[in-house]
Amino acid sequence: MTSNNSRPLLEVRDLHVSVGDNEILDGMNLSVGLGEVHAIMGPNGSGKSTFTNVVAGRPGYTIDRGDVLYEGESILGMFPDERARKGIFLAMQYPVELPGIRNREFLRTALEALREARGEVKLSVREFNKMLEEKAKAMDFDPDLMKRNVNEGFSGGEKKRNEILQLSVLDPKLALLDETDSGLDIDALKIVANGVNAFRGPDKAIVLVTHYQRILNFIKPDYVHVLIEGRIVRSGASDLAHELEAQGYEWLREPAEEAETVGATGRPS
Amino acid sequence: MTQTAEATDRYVEQFDTLRETRKLEPDWLRELRREGFDYFQRMGWPIDDKRDEMWKYTDVRPVARTEFRLPNAPAVMPSSAEIAAIFPFDEGMSRLVFIDGYYSPDASRIVDADDGSILRITEAVREEETLVHGHLARYSEPGHDASVGLNTAFFGDGAFIHADGRLTAPVHLVYITSDHADPVVTYPRTLVVAGKGAEVTLIETFLSLGSRNHFTDPVTEIALGDGSSVTHYRLLLESADSYTIGHVRPCLGPDSVYKSVVYEVGSGLMRLDLEVLIEGEGAFADLRGLYVTKGKQHLDNLVSIDHAKPHGKSRLYYKGILDDESRAVFGGTVYVQPGADKTDAYQEDKNLLLSDRAEADSKPSLEIYADDVKCGHGATAGAVADEAIFYLRSRGIDEQTASRLLIKGFASEILDEIGIEPLRLFLEERTASALPRFVGAEVVA
Repeated sequence: MTSNNSRPLLEVRDLHVSVGDNEILDGMNLSVGLGEVHAIMGPNGSGKSTFTNVVAGRPGYTIDRGDVLYEGESILGMFPDERARKGIFLAMQYPVELPGIRNREFLRTALEALREARGEVKLSVREFNKMLEEKAKAMDFDPDLMKRNVNEGFSGGEKKRNEILQLSVLDPKLALLDETDSGLDIDALKIVANGVNAFRGPDKAIVLVTHYQRILNFIKPDYVHVLIEGRIVRSGASDLAHELEAQGYEWLREPAEEAETVGATGRPS
Repeated sequence: MTQTAEATDRYVEQFDTLRETRKLEPDWLRELRREGFDYFQRMGWPIDDKRDEMWKYTDVRPVARTEFRLPNAPAVMPSSAEIAAIFPFDEGMSRLVFIDGYYSPDASRIVDADDGSILRITEAVREEETLVHGHLARYSEPGHDASVGLNTAFFGDGAFIHADGRLTAPVHLVYITSDHADPVVTYPRTLVVAGKGAEVTLIETFLSLGSRNHFTDPVTEIALGDGSSVTHYRLLLESADSYTIGHVRPCLGPDSVYKSVVYEVGSGLMRLDLEVLIEGEGAFADLRGLYVTKGKQHLDNLVSIDHAKPHGKSRLYYKGILDDESRAVFGGTVYVQPGADKTDAYQEDKNLLLSDRAEADSKPSLEIYADDVKCGHGATAGAVADEAIFYLRSRGIDEQTASRLLIKGFASEILDEIGIEPLRLFLEERTASALPRFVGAEVVA
């Protein structure tokens, strides 16, 4: 499952991030290649969401040290929309409501911005609607929600499904999934997982952040990383997730030195 | 601060000065004026220790302490073409223009009044005395509060609309304050009497020509007869340094429909009481509002809907877009009186905060004393714009498009309901230009 491209798509180097006086990420390293699915697991407050938000460019974080490279280029100075136009997508943990902006219009405006950046021709309204209809159907997404304002009055599950529908429509290169599984019942989880698996491919990469191992039964990761107190303390293959499920995170908390060595590459050797 | 006295002496002087001119008015009107002025003299403005719950969030001391002058004559008289250039939406409408409280015949025109009459209120007092006497100050009583008291005491001119059938052309009432070196006050007065089955569309516009401080104290009374329908747009486009305290009082007869859209972008300090009375069975009030504020503007909308009769329905949707340090207050109360069974009422106020220094205070409430009613209010939490803008940008949409999309989308929930297309376009444009730091690339939608 390794990519034939030698340069990783995403490279996180010694990333230190704080919010106010709180240091959240404390020297995180990670390397994600095309075709790969990485799961980042960790207890609450370990810095998982901060990581995805920093990569997507959410304001409010201070980068104290380190860098984030995407396709070999530092993206930390870029606005979130620039990053999106380069192919980064964040499925949010708490998708916001956009009053007065209909879901369909929102998706069309976004897709047009992205297609323009990719040098692709504009889709006609008919083409867009057809494509959207197919994608929505595949996600078992209530077509009425397309006419509604973005996320307004959506249930928790509908909001998450809407995120994955956006992933499918906008078709980025790198998908960051921030606790997409939280608050979903098993049926909704399967639908969301199917959407993610359909997106998966040799020219895509996925970084999936989660607290629980459950979603990994449906989206099988190539690599699992454990993030504790802002550092990756252990990386392994997908069976690491089962170990975490059985043993929790406590056993990984202590030896700082080991964390240093394992976390340095962010990938198992 | 020792010189904190209210500037009431000026009002006494003004009231006495007008005594001579008022001699030409009918006794009943002079009595109403006296009653209004007595109330004001007795109670004054709701400031300091007279400030109660109704005025909790709004301090009208700037109004109370400024010595406003009643203009002796209009400072300018814009032509019809000049007015048309300001309001590109009113082609084909009847239009009455008042400048500094004085009627401007040149800028005014009556398009259609076959099924009723459209008059200056001063004319109507003479020509339709019985009708005016029967309705004027019946709904906004002279002793209602300080601003209604003052308006009743001082109103110079205004509009009277009486319809027995359908007025095909909307009526645009334009109340303009021109640019004065010293602060002036105007008291616009509107009375609408919609007879049985009548249909009236009314636009009231309040505009400043200059940017200096002035005070507008308008009162609008609307009587809706059986099965009548009044659509009322109220546009507040005054300067950011002006003050306004106004009262709108629609009284709904059986099966009547009152639809109102208030659009508030002007004024530095505003308080508007919209007090709707459901006086007849089966009446319907549909109240919408959009306020767009920036700088240090403070806009306070107090809306009350009094369901006095059964089978009434009311809907209220207000929205605010707030930037800078501006502040918006929304107080909405639905009263369902004993016996007003089967009432169906819903209210909702939402705010979009574009700046973390802006503040929205929203307090909808329900007081229900009847049975079998359906009443509710929606979430009042404001969307914080930063989060929404990040969400849009994270999907590849640039910042300006994101802001515009957000503002336009938010406003559209109110503006899309406006049936007069040129008016809707005018207000969309006003909304965008009211927030210049967000005006940018055209939205692709």
